[in-house]
Amino acid sequence: MSEFIGDWHALLILLVAGILPNGVWRMLGLWIGGGVEEDAEILVWVRAVATAILAGVITQILIVPPGALASVPIAIRFGAAAAGFAAFLGLRQSVLAGVAAGEAVILAGKYFLG
Amino acid sequence: MFALGLRSIVTSVLTYVLFATFIGIGALAHDTGFSLGWALLGSALIWAGPAQVILMSSLHSGATVIQAALAVTVTAVRLMPMVVSLLPMMKTPKTKYYHLILPAHFTAVTFWVEGFRLFPKVPREQRIIFANGLGTGFVSVCLIATTIGYQTAAQLPPIFGVAVLALTPLTFLYSTALNARQTADKLALVLGVALYPAVATLKTGVDILISGLVAGTIAYGVHVVRERRR
Repeated sequence: MSEFIGDWHALLILLVAGILPNGVWRMLGLWIGGGVEEDAEILVWVRAVATAILAGVITQILIVPPGALASVPIAIRFGAAAAGFAAFLGLRQSVLAGVAAGEAVILAGKYFLG
Repeated sequence: MFALGLRSIVTSVLTYVLFATFIGIGALAHDTGFSLGWALLGSALIWAGPAQVILMSSLHSGATVIQAALAVTVTAVRLMPMVVSLLPMMKTPKTKYYHLILPAHFTAVTFWVEGFRLFPKVPREQRIIFANGLGTGFVSVCLIATTIGYQTAAQLPPIFGVAVLALTPLTFLYSTALNARQTADKLALVLGVALYPAVATLKTGVDILISGLVAGTIAYGVHVVRERRR
């Protein structure tokens, strides 16, 4: 193999530790969702669970953040998410406004406290 | 219709967020010692930011392949209900399972949110091809960003890393809120945020799944009760 990709060992790790454990959930979703009609009542529950799982993923990243984000105090991380949410709601549900406001708080926190 | 899907990414704010996030993923691949080709394969075939970040950082910090696989699979659970709720929007009676493999692979937060927004504007029988165009567009942007991030990793200021890592939770939060049109979804978002820290103290390894199932089911229960009262 070339240097561009790396050796077979690295590729095997990508497959076994990355692609398969991630993709298996999509294929399980395909197997289940492929047979459901769009107006099925169960999809209301599935959407609620998907939303709540995402909420958990978001909260987990804020509590135990990866890499350099951990250098910003936890109060600032949650404060940034809350400030961004206020901007999101205040500016006609603009995702961009929410992200910009949240980032501003994170970066200010990193600059002054990190 | 494929081209229309491809072009739709230009009008999506989330495309620009994806671009910045994957510059961060390219830079992380460089800094944790993976090759550019490996990083590109990861972006195309894993196609999930949190999983890629966890895979690279856990392997780099000395985790075994099994530990890394478990950490990745826990973050990926969210993809299943997302696929289940999105695919029925694209189906027609003639649709075969294999037609839906590629749209299922493309499903991630961005694709899920933009799918709910855009699919209703597309004739049903053309939604799969539109979805494939949309997904191809998103992945292409991320492959370019992964390459740029990888090549410029050494020049990026440290504060950029903080900004990029903060993008994922912020974008996930506001796009999920945007997508939560029904009361059940809004309630699920609030309960999911509130419940996770409590469930996380149990350290079961599948805390996200437990808090998501409990919060989502309570939100659905409230929805059912409200519907009956009408």
